[in-house]
Amino acid sequence: MPTIGVDKADLFELLGKEYTTEEFDELCFDFGIELDEDTTEECQGDERPQLKIEIPANRYDMLCIEGIAQALNEFLGNTKPPVYTLKPSTPEVTLTIKESTAQVRPYAAGAILRNVKFDQRRYDSFIALQDKLHSNLCRNRTLVAVGTHDLDTLTPPFTYEALKPTDIKFAPLNQSKVMDASEMMEFYEHDKHLGRYLHIIKDLPVYPVILDSKRTVGSMPPIINSDHSKITLNTRNVFIDVTGTDKTKTEIVVNQIVAMFSRYCETPFEIEPVKVISEHNEETRVVPNIEPRVAPAEISYINSCLGLEYSGEEIADLLKKMSLSAEPSTSEKDILNVKIPITRPDILHQCDIMEDAAIGYGYNNLKKTKPKGDSLVAAPLPINKVADILRYASAQSGYLEVLPLTLCSHDENFKFLRVEDDGTTAVKLENPKTIEYQVVRTSLLPGILKTIKENRKHSLPIKVFEAGDIVLKDPKLERGAFNQRNWCAIYTGKNSGFEYVQGLLGKIMQTLRTPWLENPESDTRRGYWIEEDEKNTTYFPGRGGSVIFRVQEGEEGKRIGSIGTLHPEVMSSFEIPYAASAVEINAEVFL
Amino acid sequence: MADLQLQILKEVDASGSIENTLQVPVFAKIDAAQIYAALNSLQAKQMITYSKIETDKWVLTPEAESFLVGGSPEYRVMEAVLKSVEGLTISDLKSQLGAIGAVGQGKAFKNQWLGKDGEKLVSKVDQLPEDVVVAQLKEIKETGKLSDKKELTELKKRKLVQQVKIVGYKVIKGEQFALEIKSYETDITADMISSGSWKTADFKPLNFKSEGIYPESGALHPLNKVREEFRQIFFSMGFTEMPSNQYVETGFWNFDTLFVPQQHPARDLQDTFYLKDPVKAGKPEDEEYWNNIKQVHQEGKYGSIGYRYPWKEAESLRMVLRTHTTAISSAMLHDLAKNPRPIRLFSIDRVFRNEAVDATHLAEFHQVEGVIAGYDITLGDLIGFMEDFFAKMGVNGLRFKAAYNPYTEPSLEIFAYHKGLKKWVEIGNSGMFRPEMLESMGLPKNMRVLGWGLSLERPTMIKYGVSNIRELLGHKVSLDFIETNPAARLDEDLV
Repeated sequence: MPTIGVDKADLFELLGKEYTTEEFDELCFDFGIELDEDTTEECQGDERPQLKIEIPANRYDMLCIEGIAQALNEFLGNTKPPVYTLKPSTPEVTLTIKESTAQVRPYAAGAILRNVKFDQRRYDSFIALQDKLHSNLCRNRTLVAVGTHDLDTLTPPFTYEALKPTDIKFAPLNQSKVMDASEMMEFYEHDKHLGRYLHIIKDLPVYPVILDSKRTVGSMPPIINSDHSKITLNTRNVFIDVTGTDKTKTEIVVNQIVAMFSRYCETPFEIEPVKVISEHNEETRVVPNIEPRVAPAEISYINSCLGLEYSGEEIADLLKKMSLSAEPSTSEKDILNVKIPITRPDILHQCDIMEDAAIGYGYNNLKKTKPKGDSLVAAPLPINKVADILRYASAQSGYLEVLPLTLCSHDENFKFLRVEDDGTTAVKLENPKTIEYQVVRTSLLPGILKTIKENRKHSLPIKVFEAGDIVLKDPKLERGAFNQRNWCAIYTGKNSGFEYVQGLLGKIMQTLRTPWLENPESDTRRGYWIEEDEKNTTYFPGRGGSVIFRVQEGEEGKRIGSIGTLHPEVMSSFEIPYAASAVEINAEVFL
Repeated sequence: MADLQLQILKEVDASGSIENTLQVPVFAKIDAAQIYAALNSLQAKQMITYSKIETDKWVLTPEAESFLVGGSPEYRVMEAVLKSVEGLTISDLKSQLGAIGAVGQGKAFKNQWLGKDGEKLVSKVDQLPEDVVVAQLKEIKETGKLSDKKELTELKKRKLVQQVKIVGYKVIKGEQFALEIKSYETDITADMISSGSWKTADFKPLNFKSEGIYPESGALHPLNKVREEFRQIFFSMGFTEMPSNQYVETGFWNFDTLFVPQQHPARDLQDTFYLKDPVKAGKPEDEEYWNNIKQVHQEGKYGSIGYRYPWKEAESLRMVLRTHTTAISSAMLHDLAKNPRPIRLFSIDRVFRNEAVDATHLAEFHQVEGVIAGYDITLGDLIGFMEDFFAKMGVNGLRFKAAYNPYTEPSLEIFAYHKGLKKWVEIGNSGMFRPEMLESMGLPKNMRVLGWGLSLERPTMIKYGVSNIRELLGHKVSLDFIETNPAARLDEDLV
């Protein structure tokens, strides 16, 4: 969620009321934004107090003080939504998109604000809005980037082209030296602010540029504007260029900027359109498109969702608070035609309109009811039930339950356990921030051993267990991997205590109605037994075995896990200065 | 030892009680520690009870002790002067009596016993005076005090006496007073029971003022105990547990089916763990669903204008570690579309976020999630249900704030007033799943689905005052914490 800092005195002036912090907090809560901080207390000297307000991530129209005040004033019924107009209605300025941009950044839009009056705080807000749009909706300029220019320094018509870096030469914003684009890439490589955007175009064969009719560079999106056309406090006519890889968001961005700042034009909310000529991809059009979109909403749907029996007019009254003007359809009885202004691109479906009606009504004013279905019968997940049996039996046997993470390093899952990674078992992460999170565990051992290491000062013996999920790859599955619930216990002390984990296994098996079979070849009942397993290198040679389980009388036994004394190298790898024995089995076999 | 105990009993028997052991000559001579041990042993058998008496006592210094034999220095000086025929000079006195001669001569002058005639010392008294100092010292030695306080101060100045504290005991009869000391049993044994000897045996009293010996015990993990509390709340409200045991998900199920657009920040490498092995998912079996999802994102469908961006199959087939259990809810609701009916589902399981680890964030944590599907469910139902649900954890008086979430509309953040922090704190998120999500699955238009979620760790940390999540989940959790943690009772008010 973006947090917007606004001038406290200015906002309250725009709202026409001096709010106490508590009152303003309440207003925010009711509207669905959040007052994060009021800096009044921390201000020193002639610093102006700010309010830091958290805005929902889809309200691009509230990323500046102008938008916040507009939305809140409409919510409070202080003002009507602005009516935006285009003048002249037929554009005089054109922006021609050349096909060369198709491969790098295919979309562009523009708009002009005439006779704007900036002052320092308006100017700062104008710049800050572009920054907020860049970091949120524009996804750090990858999807969309904005350039703003003093139109009087340029000579329309404009073109949007993609040129070789060495063919682009201009002095970038706030620099006096003219450089070519390759030089600029080096110049800004370590720049705190711009350095992080260079990768978007750096390795492309051509870079996008906005040029005027004299081939003067206006900007090189998404990196930087030219110093030549920069706007100042004295700028009166502003040309806005918006370029992007996402057409929808390009339109949304240009709309938000003109919606917010056309209020400072000589005739407020009057916008001069630009004709975008884009023959090669049939995107020729007039921008911005300021016509509200009419979205039909079912009155019965809104009433049903909110538990109300409101008329279309009454719902329209609720929607007015949220910048939506609506009127019942004359042809269809149940339909409310809702005008979605350019400031509300977040509205996609009638459910968004229903939400605005709910906010207009007040969530906390809604009648509290109970959903039907109290007679539904509950049930636990079967594997959780099995795991609970194992957990309770282990705790009753004197073992402590531990809860390590499921992610671990590759070494912990393989090398430390003296296991080779044959590439068929473990799921591997692409982008972990630390080596602690390289793989999803394929055994519960690493996590439990790490827990023992951290608790090695605890009195001996340390007896711990976990019933948790491991993850194993299976290329046949849609999701490529599945969870398996395992149960694992470790005894650690001055002695390895093999008999104790052997006995604990017996106790667990007894709980699961599975007796130990002394002669599994002649005794064909359900039961379990242990067979020595020389291949299991996690255990000391001759001291590791497989746990074999026969589910039903007469069936073959199947291997469900292992038991043994952990190899001394395992103990040193996990930095545990004691001996230990472990048992780990697959719990899913008891489903 | 036993003799001393018997002696004490006899003395108590004879006198009825002992006012102070120090006043009984036979006990006064015995080392105090021995008396103390004997009394303790008798008291444990309830034969006597005793109380300590501390008194101050004056005792003689070693110097004063030596005076008791030959007299005080002034006495000895007078003895020598009176004895001599020719009279003594000061140096004669020194050679006869040594160091005490000087001390004694000074005192004798002061007492006006002695005078001077030229070089000679002459006696002012006819006969040897009484040795008052020795008499005083004798009195102190016998009684530990001196009635004349002024004289006592004088003796103290002369470093002949010093004050010490001495301990005596007052002893009276106990309930089990007798002149014979019995042996006491410490415990009832099986042998006693079979032989019947318990009937005549006397038992040492138990020590109730101790914690005793703790049992050797195992324990369940504290976080799992809280999880179980939540599970029981869900079960009591008719919820079935979802098969949330699937950590690996696809972009399709974790994001696309939930109407999270492919450029959404939640899908960033900064926030989500992607997999390099396996790197690509299979397509879902339900091809119609796949196409519906593509359309609803790209062009819009079901009355939605969609996000209007080119939806990429490759992005949908990327492998992720699930960022929320809602990926499972989505699969369950997709299943529900085969046979739509009211249903209540829940899960409490791990989710993964590629976040920087700090005191309140781990790369893994548990999400508690509930889902209610039904026909014509209202937003009032959601609010009313949340009040019931949280009341079961002892949380009352909720407030709801509008919020944004890509897959629920409306979205409501749930706030509760925290008395300790004296402010409203967010305790969970809730909402109605978007029609774009539900209708893509094939669920009927009037079937609405409520969802809500919260983390398991956060309420546990708030409730039990754990400030660092790493003390609650992961390998750094202390085994002592696990061992000694009390039962989790969410409805219990903690004071």
